[in-house]
Amino acid sequence: MAARAFAIRRGGPGFVAAALVAAVILGPVAAVLWRAGGGGWPGPADWAALRFTLTQATLSTLISVALAVPAARALARRRFVGRRLLITALGAPFILPVIVAVLGLLAVFGRAGTLNAALDAAGLPTVQIYGLHGVVLAHVFFNLPLATRIILQGWQSIPAERFRLAASLGMNAGQVMRHLEWPMLRAVVPGALMVIFAICLSSFAVALTLGGGPRATTVELAIYQAFRFDFDLGRAAVLACIQLALVTMAAIVALRVAQTGGFGAGLDRSLRRFDAETPALRLLDGTVLLLVALFLLTPMVAIVLRGGGAVLDLPGSVWRAAAVSLAVAAASTALALALALPMALAALRRPMIEAVALLGIAASPLVIGVGLFVLINPWTDPTRLALAVTALVNAVMALPFALRVMTPQLIDIRCDFGRLCDSLGMSPRDQLRLVILPRLRRQIGFAAGLAAALSIGDLGVIALFADPEIATLPLQILRLMGAYRMTDAAGAGLLLLVLSLTVFWLLDQGGRADADA
Amino acid sequence: MKYLALAAGLFATTTAVAETPTLTIYTYDSFVSDWGPGPAVEEAFEKTCECDLQFVGAGDGASLLARLRLEGARTDADIVLGLDTGLTAAAAETGLFTPHSVSAEYDLPIAWDDPLFVPFDWGYFAFVADAQFDAPGNFRELADSDTSIVIQDPRSSTPGLGLLMWVKTAYGDEAEEIWAGLSDNIVTVTKGWSEAYGLFQEGESDMVLSYTTSPAYHIIAEDDRSKTAVPFEEGHYMQIEVAGKLAGTEQPELADAFLKFMTSDTFQSIIPTTNWMYPAIMPEAGLPDAFDTLIEPEKSLLVPAEKAVELRDQALEEWLRALSQ
Repeated sequence: MAARAFAIRRGGPGFVAAALVAAVILGPVAAVLWRAGGGGWPGPADWAALRFTLTQATLSTLISVALAVPAARALARRRFVGRRLLITALGAPFILPVIVAVLGLLAVFGRAGTLNAALDAAGLPTVQIYGLHGVVLAHVFFNLPLATRIILQGWQSIPAERFRLAASLGMNAGQVMRHLEWPMLRAVVPGALMVIFAICLSSFAVALTLGGGPRATTVELAIYQAFRFDFDLGRAAVLACIQLALVTMAAIVALRVAQTGGFGAGLDRSLRRFDAETPALRLLDGTVLLLVALFLLTPMVAIVLRGGGAVLDLPGSVWRAAAVSLAVAAASTALALALALPMALAALRRPMIEAVALLGIAASPLVIGVGLFVLINPWTDPTRLALAVTALVNAVMALPFALRVMTPQLIDIRCDFGRLCDSLGMSPRDQLRLVILPRLRRQIGFAAGLAAALSIGDLGVIALFADPEIATLPLQILRLMGAYRMTDAAGAGLLLLVLSLTVFWLLDQGGRADADA
Repeated sequence: MKYLALAAGLFATTTAVAETPTLTIYTYDSFVSDWGPGPAVEEAFEKTCECDLQFVGAGDGASLLARLRLEGARTDADIVLGLDTGLTAAAAETGLFTPHSVSAEYDLPIAWDDPLFVPFDWGYFAFVADAQFDAPGNFRELADSDTSIVIQDPRSSTPGLGLLMWVKTAYGDEAEEIWAGLSDNIVTVTKGWSEAYGLFQEGESDMVLSYTTSPAYHIIAEDDRSKTAVPFEEGHYMQIEVAGKLAGTEQPELADAFLKFMTSDTFQSIIPTTNWMYPAIMPEAGLPDAFDTLIEPEKSLLVPAEKAVELRDQALEEWLRALSQ
C-alpha cells in the first residue's frame, strides 16, 4: 500500500510531461497527415523496406545485448586502474554523428581498412563489410556501449551486502549468477532490448551506407522517397506511423516481460566480488574487456588520427558552431531531465508511460521535421526557431535513454524505502529531496551526460530549418564535407568527439561525486 | 530567458521591416555554407541593391522543391535558387513561379529558352578516380571490369539521380541490363554526395560518382593533382542549376534585379571556385587555370525537363529491380 502511495503522489506532473512528449511526436505526424489530406497506402517496395528494417533491427538488437551482458559483468566484477575512463570511452560510438562514426568504422573494417590490410599481409582472404552483416556490425558498434551501460547499472543496483552474504554462504560464480544476477538480468535486459530495437528501427544513414545497395532500403529511406521524389506526404506519414506502431508493440512486450529487482535495501557500500576471484574468471573477464575495448576503441583511434592534424587549424565558424552546439545541448539536457524525472516517477505506477518516451527515437526525423515545419510555418518563420526546435527535439530523443537509466533504480528505491517514507509521513517533496534524489544521483548524472552528448552529436532536425548564420557542429561537419573539405570535416569530427565525451564525463562524474562504484 | 529573448527578437523584426527591403532566397544548404558562393554573392549584391539579401538553406535541390510545395503560395521566398533541370518541370507545375525578364548569351552546351528559370551554373556528372588508375572508358567496360565504385541513392541524392538519368539516356531500354552488370561493381550506395566522396577518399572504392569539375577543387584548394575525372564514351549527363522568381513575391523588381545580377560577371566569377561548377556565362577573366586540365566530354546528355519526371520513375523502377536481386 505504502509503495503505491509513494508513486501516486508523484503521478500528476509525470502524466503532463508524457502528454507533452506525445504531443511533440504525434502532433507533427498528425500535421503531415492533415496537410496531405489523408494517408497514402505503402507500395510493395515499402513493405520490402519494412521487412529489411525489422530483420536488421532484430539482429542488431539481439547481438548488441548478448555481447553487452558479459561485458557489463566483467566491468561490474573487476576493479582496475583506468576503469572509469574505459567506461566513458566505451560510450563514445553512441554519441558520434553517424557519418563520423561510419568513417571511423570503415578505417578499421573497410576495404582499405586496417583489418583487411592485416589479413592481406598474413596471406588471408580479405573480408567485405558491405551488406546486412555490415549494417549489424555498425549497429552493434553504436549500441553495445549503451547496452553495456544499462546492464552495468543493473549490476550496480544489487547491494554489496548481497554479494557478501553470497560469499559467506560459500556460493561460487555460477550460484551467484543464479540467485542474484539472473533475476537482475530478467529485470534489466528487456528494457535494454527495447531501447536498442527502437534506435535500430529508425536507423537510416548507417543502414544505407553499409548495406551495399537498395537491398538495404529501410523505412526511413522509403519515407525520404515518398517525400522528396513523389511528394506523397500521406504515404510518408503512414510509413512513420507504422514505425511508431512497431516500437510501441516492442515496448509493450518488453515492459510486460521486465520484472522488478527486489533485492532489498543495502547500505550503498562499495562492491567487492568474492565469488569472482578465481584465475579462470579473471582471465575470462580480462579477455572480454580486451575484445570489447578493441572493437569499440580502434575506430575511435582512427577518428583521432584522421582528425588530429586538422583540429587546431579549424576555421572560426567551426568553433562558433561548437559553441552553438554546447548551448543547444545545455538547454536540451535541462529539458530532458525536467521531462524525464516526473515521467520516471509516474512510470512507477504506469510502466507503459515509458513507451511514450520511446516514440521519440522511433519517430522518423524527416516526418517530425516536416510536421513541425507545417505546424510552425503559419505562425512564424521556422528558421528563427531552428535552435529552439533542435533543443526540444534533441531533448525528446534523449528521453527514452534517461528513463531507461532511471526507472530500474526508482523501482528499487520504492521497494526499499517506500514503506519507511510512508510510515514517517514524509511529504512528497521531502521524499524527493531526502530519499529519491540522493539515491538517483548517479542515474541522473548519467542521463544528463547522455542527453548532452547526444544533443551535441545529433544532427536532429536542424538540416530542415537551417539558418545560414547559425549552424550546429554536426551541421557544420556536413557542410564541410559538402564543400570537399574532408580533412577539416575530420578535424571537426574529432572536436565533436572530444566535446561530447568531456561533457558526458563531467556530468556523469558529477552524478557520482562521492559514490564509489 | 532564452525563449523570452527569442520572442522579443520576433517582435522586433516584425516592426522594423519598412527600413530596407528584404529579398528572401531559398537555396540548397551547401550554397549558403561558409565555403559556398552564398556569402560572397550576398555581399556583392547588397552593395548594388540597397536591400537586405537573406538566404534560407533547405537541404538539397529536391528538398528545396519539397519545401516550396509545403509552403505553397504562402511562401516567404521571393526567389528559389538551386533547382536543376530534373526538377524544373515539377517546379513549373506548382504554378508558383512567374516568367523572368532576363535575356543573356549563355555559355551552355545546349540552347536555353526556359521562360521561368534562369541558369546560373552547370556541370557534367563523371566518375572521379586516382590519376594513375586504369579506368574503364564506358559503362559496359565498367560492368565487365572489377573496378569498384561508390554511388549515391537516387531517392535521397541529386547526383545519384543524375547517374540514374545518365544510364537511362545513354542506354534507353538496355539501362536495366547495364545496372544488373554494374551491381557487382557497386561497393555501396550512400545517402548523399558527401558520404560517397568521403568513402572514396578513404580508399573504399576505385571511383566515385561526382562531377568533371571535382579535380579542380583538389588542384586549386589542395594543390593535389592526383585526382581525375574519367571520360565515358557514351557522353556525360549534365546538370544545369537554375533560379526562378515566385509569382507571389512582394519584391518583384528586386527579384528581377537579382536574376539579372546572377548573369553578371561578378556573380559568375564567384561560382567556379565556390560551387565548383562551370559558370553559365563565361566571366571576362575566364576560368581559373586548373579548369583547363579538366576533361571535356564530347557529347552532352540531358533529358528535356518536361520528360524528366516520367523517365525518372521508370528508371528508378529498373534501378531497384536490377540492384535488389
